[in-house]
Amino acid sequence: MSLALFYLAAAVAVGATVLALTRANAAHALIYLIVSLLGVAVLFFLLGAPFAAALEVVAYAGAIMVLFVFVIMMLNLGEESQREERALLNFRHWRLPGLLTALLLAELVYVMGNSVSPIPSDAVLPKQVALTLFGPYVLGVELASMLLLAGLVGAYHLGQHFLARDRGYNN
Amino acid sequence: MDTMLIPLEHVLVVASILFALGLFGLMFRRNIIFMLMSLEVMLNAAALAFIAAGAHWQQADGQVMFVFILAIAAAEVSVGLGLVLQMRRQMQTLDMNTAIRLKG
Amino acid sequence: MNLLLSLIPALPLASAALLLLYGRHLTRSLVTTLGVGSIGSAAIVVVLLATQWTATAEPLRVQLWQWFSVGSFSVDIALYLDQLSLIWLCTITGIGFLIHLYSSEYMAHDSDYSRYFAYLNLFVASMLLLVLGDSLLLLFLGWEGVGLCSYLLIGFWHQESANGAAARKAFIVTRAGDAAMALGLFLLVAEFNTLNIQELLAAAALQWERGGTMATLACALIFTGAVGKSAQLPLQTWLPDAMAGPTPVSALIHAATMVTAGIYLLARLNGLYTMAPNVLFAIAIIGVATSLMAACAALAQTDIKRILAYSTISQLGYMFLALGVQAWDAGILHMMTHAFFKALLFLAAGAVIECLHHEQDIRNMGGLRKRLPVPFWSFVIGSAALAALPATAGFASKDLILLRAWEVAGDGTWLWGVAALGAFITALYSFKLVFVVFFGEAKTEATHQPGWRMAVPLIVLCLFSIVGGYIALPLADVLPLPSHEPAHGTIAVISAAIPIVGVFVAYLLFLGRQVSVEALTHSPAGLWLSGFWHGGWGMDRFYALLVVMPYTRVARWLRNEPIDYLVAMITGTAVFFNGVFGASQNGRLGRYVTVMVLGLLLMFLVLVMGVAA
Repeated sequence: MSLALFYLAAAVAVGATVLALTRANAAHALIYLIVSLLGVAVLFFLLGAPFAAALEVVAYAGAIMVLFVFVIMMLNLGEESQREERALLNFRHWRLPGLLTALLLAELVYVMGNSVSPIPSDAVLPKQVALTLFGPYVLGVELASMLLLAGLVGAYHLGQHFLARDRGYNN
Repeated sequence: MDTMLIPLEHVLVVASILFALGLFGLMFRRNIIFMLMSLEVMLNAAALAFIAAGAHWQQADGQVMFVFILAIAAAEVSVGLGLVLQMRRQMQTLDMNTAIRLKG
Repeated sequence: MNLLLSLIPALPLASAALLLLYGRHLTRSLVTTLGVGSIGSAAIVVVLLATQWTATAEPLRVQLWQWFSVGSFSVDIALYLDQLSLIWLCTITGIGFLIHLYSSEYMAHDSDYSRYFAYLNLFVASMLLLVLGDSLLLLFLGWEGVGLCSYLLIGFWHQESANGAAARKAFIVTRAGDAAMALGLFLLVAEFNTLNIQELLAAAALQWERGGTMATLACALIFTGAVGKSAQLPLQTWLPDAMAGPTPVSALIHAATMVTAGIYLLARLNGLYTMAPNVLFAIAIIGVATSLMAACAALAQTDIKRILAYSTISQLGYMFLALGVQAWDAGILHMMTHAFFKALLFLAAGAVIECLHHEQDIRNMGGLRKRLPVPFWSFVIGSAALAALPATAGFASKDLILLRAWEVAGDGTWLWGVAALGAFITALYSFKLVFVVFFGEAKTEATHQPGWRMAVPLIVLCLFSIVGGYIALPLADVLPLPSHEPAHGTIAVISAAIPIVGVFVAYLLFLGRQVSVEALTHSPAGLWLSGFWHGGWGMDRFYALLVVMPYTRVARWLRNEPIDYLVAMITGTAVFFNGVFGASQNGRLGRYVTVMVLGLLLMFLVLVMGVAA
């Protein structure tokens, strides 16, 4: 049962990603990406990581992607940008990236996909995660907080002029 | 709960596919927004691989790594989008091929 | 006595230093006192020293200090006095003083008065060091010093670029000789590990074989230096152009003192040269060839100073001839008498030039014997001495040389013949000069008479030009003199008569006009010949073709910095590859990612193959 669900969720994730990366409209692409993330959240849950699944939905899809959405709305990419994007989505630009990606995928699959070792279905509970996080990995937590601080300051500084001065931005 | 357990390799293959797709998007798209989205996809794929490994070994380390990846992604996205705003302001376009002042 | 000897070069040197440093701030009379007085006092010191020294007549060596010592080779600053250097001391300080006195009037209107005397004193100091030097290195120091002062004084009026060019030519041509001389010195050091002259002479007598390669080579190289300094073939081209300097300079440097440095050198090193008879023979040949060649050239000149310059070259040839046939006393006697009458001639020429407002072309002169009596008689006496007419100083010395040349076994006859021909032509051109300048109709008027400071030296030198030949030179202790008297009889009579014949022919051509000069010179052969001789036997053109043109070509080619080009090629290559590799950085993120992925692929490929294996 969980296996079938797994394949379904995986298909959704992959399919949504494919769609996301091939849209001309940025907003549409973002929505598809959110769907993909939700699919991956289901995958997490199936793998016995409910805490990770929750975080995926709340933080990743709920905060980071929403940030994306805000910025895109702010940029006001209109009809013209869509036309530009469509012009760029040319098949002949696919060839080299596609080839390289296919080769990479082939290699990865070859390396990993040989044997079959099942994952036990017991979940790893949030309490255990918390204990590990603030136990051996507490230094990482501190570093991550500093990183977030840096990102905060950087984002504030970079976005300041845009908000304060340029009210007259056009497409 | 179920006798049909999920094979680790299959999960890793899914993660690889997602990663490859992200890479493809990074190479293929010229709009900076889409390149950032591709980066997110790649990070997500890596997170999936970690979780799978953590579940396989029944340890919390996988999820811990996922939390860190989340923090990284958050910081990176916020700064990246700030850069997007600056780029839009200074070059009036989001095409990466115009931001080539570091060439040569 | 030691102090007196040390004072002799010190006085002019101190005066030169003072004048160089402070000359511009001193009054003219003070400069004159310093400049002329230093040489005068040096002359007095020489006389004092001579009277004191001839009592003992032992060679006097005064060591001042040690110059340097490297390993086993050491050189001292030491002064060495013997009869040979005493003769030169008397000549240099005596004639030097007279010429300095003369200069104080000749250069009275020049704005660079103190600079002139500074250089002239420096010259005298260097020349004194040259003749007093105990070691060849100190001699070489003086040698270079006189070369430097010659350059400075030839180009004294440096505002005219032609004077600077003449000075450079003099310096460079003598440099060629000096380089060879330095090589000779190196050979001597390598051979004997000393440059002390007395030690060298003693060691050479013991170690060298007569006519051996080392002796020949060293002596030939040192002789080349003398060829340069004393303006013999083939390095004589600088002396006629050196007449661009002030006339007293020409008198002192290029007649009486510097050009005799070569004679001094060979006489001093006679012990070495007696070991190399081949070189001595070459010296004689070069001397006699030069004397004939220069005499012919002097015949075709029109500038009064150039005539005298070629005459100097010719007379130096006679001195070298004397040295070459080992008639040392004859050569040195001729050096002394030549100093007298050549300085006399130059100073008189300077008086003529000065009084005619710097007219130097003899075709514009004439009939001056009544207007300028002192220069006239100076010229007559000087030319008589130059032509070696009997009862002059020149007669005593030049005849001695001719007779000694005649005595040489085997080659004596033709050596004498060429020398005699040269003597004939000498008489011809010297009296041509006298007749053209002082007789006939006046073409330029003389504006004033020479003052006492120019007239007195002329008169003194006139006296010496007459009696100077009978000064007995006490050279027996120093040089290996021929033991017998020179030949008498027919050959002596002929040698004495030749100059008289020359004067007579000159009279016929230039004064009495019995034979037309124009008929000779305007015939096609005559024209070509006079042009050829006027240009110094084409040697200037020869050198221009052989040396100057290739050198300037190479310099011009090098001006484009071709060697820099090699270095520039390296940078060019680096820049080129920078361009090539820089093209891979096109600033496009998409391209960078693609390349990264490619690298990743390759890495994985290696891993995968490793896993598979």
